[in-house]
Amino acid sequence: MPGVASNGHAVPTRAGELLRIATAGSVDDGKSTLIGRLLYDSKQILSDQLEHVVATSERRGDGYLNLALLTDGLRAEREQGITIDVAYRYFQTSRRKFIIADTPGHEQYTRNMVTGASTADLSLVLVDARKGVGEQTRRHAFISSLLRIPHLVVCVNKMDLVGYDEAVFERIVDELTDFAARLDIADISFIPIAALHGDNVVERSAEMSWYGGAPLLYHLEHVVIAPDRNLADTRFPVQWVIRPMTDEHHDYRGYAGQVASGVLRPGNEVVVLPSGRRTTVAGIDTYSGEVDAAFPTMSVTLRLADELDVSRGDMIVEPDDPPVSARELDAMVCWMSERPLRQGSRYAIKHTTRSARAIVDQLEYRVDVNTLEHDHGHPGLSLNEIGRVRLRTSAPLMVDRYRRNRSTGSFILIDEASNDTVAAGMVVGAQ
Amino acid sequence: MNPLHYELSHLETLEAESIHIFREVAAEFERPVLLFSGGKDSIVLLRLAEKAFRPGRFPFLIMHVDTGHNFPEVLEFRDRLVEQIGERLIVASVQDTIDSGRVVEETGPRASRNRLQTTTLLDAIAEHGFDAAFGGARRDEERARAKERVFSFRDDFGQWEPKRQRPELWSLYNGRIRQGEHVRVFPLSNWTELDVWQYIAEEQLEVPPIYFAHDRQVFERDGMLYAISPHVELIDGEAPFEASVRYRTVGDMTCTGAVRSSAGTLADVVSEIAATRVTERGETRADDRVTEAAMEDRKREGYF
Repeated sequence: MPGVASNGHAVPTRAGELLRIATAGSVDDGKSTLIGRLLYDSKQILSDQLEHVVATSERRGDGYLNLALLTDGLRAEREQGITIDVAYRYFQTSRRKFIIADTPGHEQYTRNMVTGASTADLSLVLVDARKGVGEQTRRHAFISSLLRIPHLVVCVNKMDLVGYDEAVFERIVDELTDFAARLDIADISFIPIAALHGDNVVERSAEMSWYGGAPLLYHLEHVVIAPDRNLADTRFPVQWVIRPMTDEHHDYRGYAGQVASGVLRPGNEVVVLPSGRRTTVAGIDTYSGEVDAAFPTMSVTLRLADELDVSRGDMIVEPDDPPVSARELDAMVCWMSERPLRQGSRYAIKHTTRSARAIVDQLEYRVDVNTLEHDHGHPGLSLNEIGRVRLRTSAPLMVDRYRRNRSTGSFILIDEASNDTVAAGMVVGAQ
Repeated sequence: MNPLHYELSHLETLEAESIHIFREVAAEFERPVLLFSGGKDSIVLLRLAEKAFRPGRFPFLIMHVDTGHNFPEVLEFRDRLVEQIGERLIVASVQDTIDSGRVVEETGPRASRNRLQTTTLLDAIAEHGFDAAFGGARRDEERARAKERVFSFRDDFGQWEPKRQRPELWSLYNGRIRQGEHVRVFPLSNWTELDVWQYIAEEQLEVPPIYFAHDRQVFERDGMLYAISPHVELIDGEAPFEASVRYRTVGDMTCTGAVRSSAGTLADVVSEIAATRVTERGETRADDRVTEAAMEDRKREGYF
């Protein structure tokens, strides 16, 4: 059969990492224009897409090449000039491939921002230089911090409309730096741009010689993300058991899944949770052959030395530093449904490959995303609100704190009547 | 893969994500099906399914919705590939849907069975009780697709409602549905056309010969080159001529245009795609040109 590498390794691909970016900005911040500019100046816009933008800009009477039209995909969005939902954009340079989760900024779509942020390596926040740091900017910074996006880039946009004034830029940097100090953001950068004209997007701006940093694209190409991964805590949620029972593979039993964190090697001693049985990794299989290490985010199949009863929802971990096997969770949740969260309500919970049911025992507080203050005594959480809850689950979940592990620290809640995903949850503590 | 630094290339990262999606669906649905067209994206899907489930069998059937207007080279390729990998294929036929009176065929020189496929597909999903259908759609293909989830929920009319999509967080997919509803699953959501071709080149996957430059009798319509075939009527002024062409997408002979090309190998194709200035759908698909929101409208009706 063609394509099977005989040495057991995937054929080396072009060097280059994948960087996942979440963008957020208000309707008028020029976010779509910025993304259009990134795609356009990095020559990712193809001629038929450009023709479409030219024709539509003319028809709408925009009076300029409206690059926002590149990203607004649905009929209602083009008609109303808004962005409804998370849209995904792709572009690459010789250094990296980029996936942009483009989310609208208005308040009613916080849930989309959280969605885009959940998988992001880097958060791109836009601030209108004329308006300064507003509620939405603070909300975006807060969500980036809550979702533990390791890198935050603040683009101060529309610098052309404030005369490319350094003092305006510095005032915004100071104000947001103060706010960010109360959050938990590892790496924050500020870039003054004018997306409409392309200043400091791909090319360095000729108008802002006082800015000593790199243009946005250079920053995106060079930000170091490899150390953001958790290579310390071995966590392998079992997804699927491969048991062919064919003549050729009669006794084969492999546990397929994606490495959530840590590094697994043949010969490693491991524990299967929740049973607590110990064994060793006999081998790590891929379609192309055995490999000598599995690390995030590889999808592999583990063979274990002992015949144990292991099934989907179990987790294979290292014995020295296991996750907490918990039935009570303290968590931050972002509420995503029009039907509010109520204390005492029951939901389905999905955590790694394990599903159970959960009761909201207590709503501790609601976070005011503008002031970061905790409002106690609220009976529920409404759509787009964020709060801290205590959950009790019908079966043990193997969890880590989200700030330590974005895979084993995250979960979703599902309304069992409507089947809607109603909350994104991040574990703060567990018993 | 760089085992010293525990780093994956971007294709390895995409591959791992797609395999994860395949296994989630296998574990959480009763009767999934893989929609296979014989095109490059569905060829990659099959390889990813092999990577997800070997040495086991696929825990689902493969289904082709055959319009009756497919390229013969593609059908021949389809049968050979399915036999090679030892899996089970079923074919849902648009001709049968027409014969049974469920749909009425368009007439005239621009007639296409593209839209009719939706009825055949939804009928087959209902008939077999499929609750999840893997498709090869990618978000980079088209603006409406850029907004679609990996798990794309369809109501019991097969409809997509863009404003009521479920939020998709981390890699936690919500596959809960009611009787009669189903989910379209797109494991290649985050792949681009170039990623697909790079992957095909790396994995040395076989693709139908029409993807490579060949001499073919074609005619020009609306700035695109179409194959001369029994399914297409020429309009006044259109004249057949021979050209060296290849296909960037595989659809019906009636609505899939060819591009002039001399790319004879996978490496040539990768270079051509890396340098191209036109999107694959813009260049080769008449079905997307009908209105500005052609894809969005068809998706709402239950199209792939």
